[in-house]
Order: sequence, then structure tokens, then C-alpha cells
Amino acid sequence: MADVDTGGKGGGKKKGAKKASTKVDMTPMVDLAFLLVTFFMLTTTLSKPNTMSLNMPEKPKPNDPPPPKVDERVTTTVVLDKNNRIFYYKGVETPEVFTTDYSAEGFRKMAVEMVAKGKSLQKDAVFIIKPTAEASYKNVVDILDEMKITDAKVYAIQQLYPQDKEIIQKYKTEHNITD
Amino acid sequence: MAKVKVPRKSISLDMTAMCDVAFLLLTFFILTATAREEEPVVVDTPGSVSETVLPDRDVLIISIDKGGQVFLKVDSEKTRLAMLDKMAGRYQVSFSEGEKNQFRLTEMFGAPIANLKSVLHAKGKDRVALQKGIPTDSLDNQLDNWVSYARLAQVETFGTQQQLRVVIKADKDTKYEVIQKVIDTLMKQNMNKFNLITNLEQMPAGFGGERERH
Repeated sequence: MADVDTGGKGGGKKKGAKKASTKVDMTPMVDLAFLLVTFFMLTTTLSKPNTMSLNMPEKPKPNDPPPPKVDERVTTTVVLDKNNRIFYYKGVETPEVFTTDYSAEGFRKMAVEMVAKGKSLQKDAVFIIKPTAEASYKNVVDILDEMKITDAKVYAIQQLYPQDKEIIQKYKTEHNITD
Repeated sequence: MAKVKVPRKSISLDMTAMCDVAFLLLTFFILTATAREEEPVVVDTPGSVSETVLPDRDVLIISIDKGGQVFLKVDSEKTRLAMLDKMAGRYQVSFSEGEKNQFRLTEMFGAPIANLKSVLHAKGKDRVALQKGIPTDSLDNQLDNWVSYARLAQVETFGTQQQLRVVIKADKDTKYEVIQKVIDTLMKQNMNKFNLITNLEQMPAGFGGERERH
């Protein structure tokens, strides 16, 4: 089967040489090939991981002008606490603390309202995000995500200052939150 | 009346075309597949609606697992070698050629520089068990040095056109404390832009209609 028919050898007739079919049964080969295809398709990671960019503020230089004061009406400070709890307060001087969660009815609703309020005042709503040490990474990413979802333009991650801790602690004792 | 003769058809199909397609696909998948090497750390990233895709070159990935152990991954072998040299000089640890070669082949590592030698000699499971993360304490911030030497090495090998992009890949249950330490370390080096690796999540209904995509 493998050798080439040179043909016309002495012009004689071939005797008894059975004409073997050139057709090969490809079925097992196809089976194998598809098995491998399936294997590689399942193990390969076609999708590359997605990323979210995060820009932190630059270190202020000594001779920089002081940063402009934020408008209190559109500023929200968001403190991410442990156990997926969020505290937020509007304004800086006389904060009124609220608590919420990561659901669509919780933080997102508030953020949408703030963004709309900012728009009506022709300003950008400002969110200052302050994760506590016990907040999880997921919490931070979730909040950054909410910023994107609600199209909030101005937000920053900041350290939790002692006065923030005091405000939260006061709220916790007033409302009997122990954890 | 003569009977109409129904010609008997062969039931065997010509598989050649199918075979061609199968092998074409096979070749494609074999070539695109990248062997997943055993990473010493398991990181379950949180989801986000961000659609930016991570570039596959010139990235420095800082992986942080649930327990706050920090690992580093640099994709270029040349950069890796150069940064090891610099670190070895800085911490007065000398590595043999064999150890350097091992390091060249290790994409991801996470051990104090003093223990790096034993990690490089270990194989398989032992190697995973030996790595407990790069120290990030303010007293002994080796991550700081690794990152700055990695950036320096990258610039030296590839020029300023291909600077390293710093990416943080943390587990969703990692405490923010650890993340903040890493971010502070980066900000100390005046790196204020970085990326966070996330899983793709669906944009909730009713949001993000005509916004521009980044």
C-alpha cells in the first residue's frame, strides 16, 4: 500500500495485486483531535484578567498652593468599616452620620442622589473614601466600582484620621453597634 | 414493469475536511495556550465592572493573599536577573550561577531575601511551602527595594519606553491594612498610578449607558 505504483513495468499485467483502497478511516483520528481540542479549549485562559486603574494623589510639594476648599454640600465622607458596614457623613464641619451597606438600595442609591445633587448645583459630587484597617480589599474595590457605576467623577482614597474614628465611635455608642 | 433500481449508497463519510478543521483548531489552541505555572499563592480577586484588560508585558504584579502575604511577579527574565543582582548587592547576599538561573525561571516569588536561597533550591511543593511573603514592615521593607530595583532593572534592560506597570492583585478578603502598606510603599516611590486586578462583573441594569469606556 505504501509503495508507489511506478506503472508500466515491462508492460505486463499486474497479477493478483489487489487494488487497495486509498481511503483511510479518519474517524479515530478525528475523535482524538477533537478530544485534544476540547482539552486545550478548557485549560487555556483566553480571557486576560481585567484591571481597574487607581490614581492616588501626588505628594504635595512644599511650595504648592493650598488645595481648594471642597463644597460641603456635595462632599460625602465614606468610612468602610469591618463586617461590610459603611458609615457616611455629609459635610465636614457638622457631620451627620448615616450607616448603609453595599447593596444597590444602600450605597448606590445614596451615591446616585449625591451625584444628581452635585449636577443640580453645577458641581461635581466629591466622595472621600476612608477604609478602616479591618475593611477588606473587596470593600474598597466595591466602592471604587460604585463610583464608576454611578459616574461619580471626583473621589479619593484617604487615610482614616483620628477625628473620623471619633465620629464613628460616637455614632456606634449612640446606636449600640458593638462589633 | 421493470423495477426501479435504488442505487445503494455508501454510508462511509469523507472525514478529511472534518479532520482538517479539528487539527487547525488543535494547533491554534496549542499555540495560544500558556502553560500555567504553579503559583505559590492563591488569590481570589474581587469583581468589578471595569473592562480594561491587563497588558501581558511589562507588568509587575504584587499579589497579596488572604493572610496578607506579599508576592512579586515580574514577567521579563532579563529584568528579573538584573533586579536580583541589585538586591543581592544591597543585602550582601551572593547567589551562585545555578541559583540565579533558578531565579530567572521563577516568575513569582515571595520570601525574605535571606531565605531566597533555600527557596531556589527547593522544588515543587516544598518551594510553595517555604515562601511566606516578602516583608513589608516599615522596619524592614524589602518590598520597597524589590519594586524600586525592578523598575530600575526594567529601564536599564529595555529603556524608558517600556517602564513597568505596577499592578496589585489582592484577595477579596485581604484586610485593607495590608493593601494600604503596599500602596504607601508605592506612593513613597512617587508611583501614584497603578492598576487593581479584578474579575469582570456585569454592569447593573440602568447604569453606564453612554459613558465612555476607559
